[in-house]
Parts: sequence; C-alpha cells; structure tokens
Amino acid sequence: MLMPRVIPCLDVRDGRVVKGVQFQGLRDAGDPVQLAAAYQEQGADELVILDVSATPEGRANAAETVAAVREVLALPLTVGGGVRRAEDAARLLDAGADMVAVNTAAVERPELLSEMAARFGVQCTVLAIDAAARAQQPSSAPGWEVVTHSGVERRALDVIDWAREAARRGAGEVLLTSWDRDGTRSGYDLELLRAVSEAVSLPVIASGGADTAGHMAEALQAGASAVLAASIFHDAHTTVDAVKRALLQLGVRTRPSMESLA
Amino acid sequence: MSAHTLVIGTGTANTASVLAGLRRVGADPELTQDPRAVQQAERVVLPGVGTFAAARAQLDQQATGQTSSLAQVVQERVRAGRPTLAICLGMQLLFDGSEENPEVPGLGLIPGRATRFSETVRVPQLGWNAVEAARGCEILQSGYAYYANSYRLVPAAPGWERATTEHDGPFLAACERGPIVACQFHPELSGDYGMGILERWLAAAREQEVRPC
Repeated sequence: MLMPRVIPCLDVRDGRVVKGVQFQGLRDAGDPVQLAAAYQEQGADELVILDVSATPEGRANAAETVAAVREVLALPLTVGGGVRRAEDAARLLDAGADMVAVNTAAVERPELLSEMAARFGVQCTVLAIDAAARAQQPSSAPGWEVVTHSGVERRALDVIDWAREAARRGAGEVLLTSWDRDGTRSGYDLELLRAVSEAVSLPVIASGGADTAGHMAEALQAGASAVLAASIFHDAHTTVDAVKRALLQLGVRTRPSMESLA
Repeated sequence: MSAHTLVIGTGTANTASVLAGLRRVGADPELTQDPRAVQQAERVVLPGVGTFAAARAQLDQQATGQTSSLAQVVQERVRAGRPTLAICLGMQLLFDGSEENPEVPGLGLIPGRATRFSETVRVPQLGWNAVEAARGCEILQSGYAYYANSYRLVPAAPGWERATTEHDGPFLAACERGPIVACQFHPELSGDYGMGILERWLAAAREQEVRPC
C-alpha cells in the first residue's frame, strides 16, 4: 500500500535556510546540506527546497544548493521558486532535483505545465498553489483564491478551478499551501484540502499551518497524500522520527525508519 | 579499475540523482549517449522519466558513423547477460510496449506491456510502497521503495526473479536475471534500501567481470 509522506521543507535564500511567517521577517535557520542530511537520518520521505531569493544572484546560488544537497540525499527532491520556463526546470533537474514546482509563472502562462510535462513527464511537474480564503464571500460557500508573488498579489482565480485546469494541462502533483495558515501553527486548512483533493485525482501535498502530528493525521484524513512542514523541524521543536511515531499512535502508517526495522 | 559504469543520457531523466546515487555506493559513473561506449562498458544504467515515446526515440537516434543505435546495444547487452540496471521508464522500455504510447514498440527483451493505473487510485503513484522480493532474488530484497509512475507492468516475466508491490492490485516492482536488474521504483531515491540494491548490483557486476569466459 502506498504510504503517506512526511516532507520537511527548506526555504532557501542566498544559499541559507530561512524562516519567517508569510515570508516576512526572515531569520537564518541553518545550512541546507546539514539540514537535508539530518532530516534524511530522521526518516524524511522526501525533501522540498523552495528558493525564496529575491535577486538573480540568489537564484544562481539555488542550483548550487540543489547540487550540494543532492550529493548527500538519497531521497526524492522537489525544488521550486523562480521557475519561469521549462529551461529553468531543466537546470534544476540537471543540478539534482527530481521534481520541479512552479507557481506564479504557471498562473501567468498555464502552457508552462504542458511544456514541462511533455519534456520531463507528469510525475516531474508539480503545481504549487498558494491559496487564501476569499475576502468577500459571494455566497455562504467557502472559497479560495490563488495568491502569487510570495503572497503579494491576489488573483481573481479560483483555487479549485485552477487545480482542475492544471491537472488537465499535465501537472502530476499539487503542493497546496494555505496562505491563511502558513506559519501560524494552527493546523492545515482542512476544508481547502478536502475541496482540492476531491476536485483532482492527483496527489496533494498539504502545506501551511502544521504544528503537531495530529494536524498531519487530520490533513491525511482530509485527502492529502503527503504533509509538509518547515519551522517545526528547523526549530528542533520536533523531529521527523518523533512525528512518524506519533502518527503511528494515531493509526497512520508511514515508511518505517531503518532503526525501527532493525 | 578500468571497469566503467555508464549512465545512458536519454535527455528526459533525473540523471543527476542517478549519478549521485551511484557515487554514494562507490562507483565512478559517467553520462553517455555513445552507443559504442555503452557496448563496451562493464556496467550500464538505463534511467528514464518522461514519456515512453520520447525515451524510445532517444534510444533510436543513430549518430553519424555509428553502426548501432543505443536501442540495439542495450538489446545486445541484455541478451548477452551483461551487467545492466534499468530504472522506472528504463525498465518499461525493456518490455514489449506501453499503453502510454501504444504505437511505439519497446525493446522486446521481456514479454509484457505496461498499463496505466486505474482511476480507483491517485495517479501518478508518488511515494513509498512495500516491495516483496521472491526467495530466488539475490540483488533485490524486500523493503520500502520510492515510486513515481503512472504506468506499471503486471506480467509473469518468465525466466526472471521477481519482486512485487501492491497498488491498484499487485504489479511488478522489479525483476532480476544474473547481473541484469530492472526496477519500477527509484533505487537512487529509496534511501538505505535503494543503496543496498545499487551496492549488490555493482558487486554482482564485478563478480561477473572476474569470472573467466
């Protein structure tokens, strides 16, 4: 049986892991290679690196970071941030990524998803959606709109419609971040997860708001195939292994770590 | 050591991960698209992500001055029992074909065709799943492996030792025959379990080198 994944996320800027609430007030959180190796040791199922550099120089560093992480990492690696064209994705894949996530560029030019899927395969093409609850509800139904440019721009684009269109165009996975919950540690947006997982048959990664294994179990229950978290791991607030043991207590089986197999 | 590990660059694969995985277990791999080099290499890896048709087209390209295509030299290697590791789409290419591009033939080295997972599961299969290796396997073992696939094989693969995984019913996780191994999962992304497979494949390949013909 396919097992749900626990995925630590590294937000990387100019070669360093950073953290901040909704990308405001960034603080240094360590060396990406050291953190990647530590999470692998703890039993992470996959790693996501999001490049949040603001400058072209910072972006150039991202490929170096990916290459350095790849040398120590025997796990799947998804990389996103600043990918505008299939050529950018090719550079990250050459550096050692296995999957490439696109966000703003795909909203502006959805053909990017089809181009990546044709060239690298559907399983390599990840659509990252940053979702925010609509400020004004036209009806009582809950709704979310897509936000881009690291949360700066709200789009008049419905999250569910966008996920459906992306699936048609060749996305192989949705990395779904709740902009309302990101960094709040108040739990994932379960309604959002439920709505998107029901709308598409692609795997969905839950992101934004994780604090406890209980939050992760809820997200998986709501339809997510994987749960992503950043700050709770960087802070040594908890470890991947501890989260996985707690998940097992809650009845969620993930890939056992080597220790528990021995 | 003159023995070489060559990774075939199909242009559509996560070859950087495959190269790094092989380095981690002590190999000194190089990327190539040269059929003659693939013919002569001690060990060859055929990776592959992307579409069946695109990968097959890459293998069929014939460079000027070359008498054989990559497809032909891979066929020769497998028929001759020489150390070869095929990964994911690379594995599917060894069979007769795939539902992904029904008009495109596979290399026809193992009978069977890849079919798409049904709509009862999320496709692609992205993540870790249990692998159950048959007793006769020497390189493959039971454990947990990482998959990224929308198509899979369910044939009997006669003459090959098999490992299976359950997802939308049982399918062929991997198969081996001497120093030839084909994996639907990604050993290079499967942590210690995958590194073990790469190590045992390298060891089996070395054993074959020293054996007198």
